[in-house]
Amino acid sequence: MSMEKLVEVRNLKAYYKTRSGEVKAVDGVSFYIRPKEIFGIAGESGCGKSTLALAMLRLLKPPGYIAGGQVIFQGKDLLKLKAEELRSLRWKYISYIPQSSMNALNPVKRIRDQIADVIKTHEGEIPDEEIDKRIEELFTSTGLSPAVAKMYPHELSGGMRQRVIIAMSAILNPRLIVADEPTTALDVVVQRGILQLLLDIRNKIGSSIMLITHDMAVQAEVVDRLAVMYAGKIVEIGDVDHVFKEPLHPYTSALIGAIPSIREKRRLKGLKGLPPDLRRPPPGCRFHPRCPHAKEICKKVEPPLVEVGRGRVVACHLYVEEEVRA
Amino acid sequence: MNLIEVKDLTKKFPLGRWTKRTLTAVDRVSFSIPEKPPKIITLAGESGSGKTTTARLILGFIKPTSGRVLWRGRDIWKLDKKGWKQYRKEVQAVFQDPYSAFNPLFKVDRVLTIPLKKFGLASTDEEAYEMACKALEIVGLRPEEVLGKYPHQLSGGERQRIMLARAFLLKPKLIIADEPVSMIDASLRASILNIMFDFKDKWGVSFLYITHDLSTAYYISDEIIIMYRGSIMEMGPVDDVIEDPMHPYVRLLIESIPIPDPSKRWMERIILPKVELSRVVEIKGCKFYDRCPKRMPMCAERMPKLIEVERGRRVACFLYHKEAF
Repeated sequence: MSMEKLVEVRNLKAYYKTRSGEVKAVDGVSFYIRPKEIFGIAGESGCGKSTLALAMLRLLKPPGYIAGGQVIFQGKDLLKLKAEELRSLRWKYISYIPQSSMNALNPVKRIRDQIADVIKTHEGEIPDEEIDKRIEELFTSTGLSPAVAKMYPHELSGGMRQRVIIAMSAILNPRLIVADEPTTALDVVVQRGILQLLLDIRNKIGSSIMLITHDMAVQAEVVDRLAVMYAGKIVEIGDVDHVFKEPLHPYTSALIGAIPSIREKRRLKGLKGLPPDLRRPPPGCRFHPRCPHAKEICKKVEPPLVEVGRGRVVACHLYVEEEVRA
Repeated sequence: MNLIEVKDLTKKFPLGRWTKRTLTAVDRVSFSIPEKPPKIITLAGESGSGKTTTARLILGFIKPTSGRVLWRGRDIWKLDKKGWKQYRKEVQAVFQDPYSAFNPLFKVDRVLTIPLKKFGLASTDEEAYEMACKALEIVGLRPEEVLGKYPHQLSGGERQRIMLARAFLLKPKLIIADEPVSMIDASLRASILNIMFDFKDKWGVSFLYITHDLSTAYYISDEIIIMYRGSIMEMGPVDDVIEDPMHPYVRLLIESIPIPDPSKRWMERIILPKVELSRVVEIKGCKFYDRCPKRMPMCAERMPKLIEVERGRRVACFLYHKEAF
């Protein structure tokens, strides 16, 4: 796969101001996504994965704000673009599928008109026949009946609405689609169909997809590379096969060790303790209070994200030392 | 005698105030939970399958339209006050949302000690407090850390453990657990499931585990009942059903469960319906007819009965009915 970077996030920080202090929801996160790649962001509730997406796309609302960093997309820093420039990028270059987006369709507008609005905003006035033709092509290629376009959202099942949203995100052939928990709350059969649809979009139009989900099994099924977040930081990034076969960070191992599979019956181990309060994260490694391998240094010094082999990065003192020794 | 027997249980809900149309949420469902040996039985299904309505019917929260829930052979709607109290003690419930199941004004101590006194299991406050401490230890909590706290001071995982401790205190025979781990993060979920194991193995408590998540069902249960649109499609020992599903719906369901192993990805494509409306329509034949890859003309005519095809294994599909051929 090419080593090009479609988007690169550098030391991004996104905080929320609250009365009891600043919540450092995303605290110095760096990674990149390659063209045509499906890049997964995993982590449990409150680890900052949704805030990360909002901050990258500059959709974070107060009391949230960006406290630093860069998001380089096609040579430009998205965080520095004017609002207008940014708007012209949406849908056309970057599409965003927010959490529970199936409930975000306008209830009083036919689906066709909602998609037509997106096309017209970016491409100006286009004859209705051409728009209808494009919507029909989009629906046919994504396994939806063209008749769906004439309907109102409430006439469709939840799973069907989510499929419409995902098809819609691809209407202008964007380079990047950011999908936040696109299958949560849907049944497994529909979930599988939606993941298949995301793969089809990548294969047909070559978009990169950033897939945010807490569900490690879903990550295992579809992503190429995976980043694992814990308490506002990325703890590990690697090819998905490597991460599952040989997780490096103790948190990643624990996460994988805690999920049941219908292919294998083994005693699952839960993780002790709870994630930290992000207003007052512990000093040193944020995972150290729950880590079975914690040493003295982990309580004091924050481990940097270091490269430990091809395309594999991890933030853990277990590996920093090895580097030093070698 | 069975601890619980559900016989032709049916629940219809009116679809609106001005219409006579109804939605059949639970459609002639029958199964039983033996008193011994203790078992974890999963009632699985997607949203709208009727699994939660079935649980609510068993708990006596709602009255069936027809059919019966028998507890030790007695219809729960015909129990006297004393019998009802005994039933409420033997059959406990734990729900999905560990946030809303608490009274926010009560400290954890009260949540645990009130039922003990109500059911006369502790005669003094001290005794109740001691029993509460022991139950908290059993679910892996340190009493000194949670007693004296209000629900909002606890995490979701802690609250769910407390609900299990509370159920446990009443020495139930059966706990009906409706999606008890679906709102809890994966890393903490395993410990809750392991508590359920311990309850069964060490204390002889059975569970009716209600879930949409077949991976956790496979992990903890002995038997599984799979529902679809109000009916049982297949039931049997969990290993048999998950490893070798018979009903075409159950096969599709199981093939769609994501596997946490990137070397075992889905190879085939699935085809979803091109349109799926939000409106539910009542069907005469098999409820999976419109999506079934193996459908036959007769499947549109009537719903196949749930019949035993192997020991302990039941399937509602004409592919397995000998008289169909």
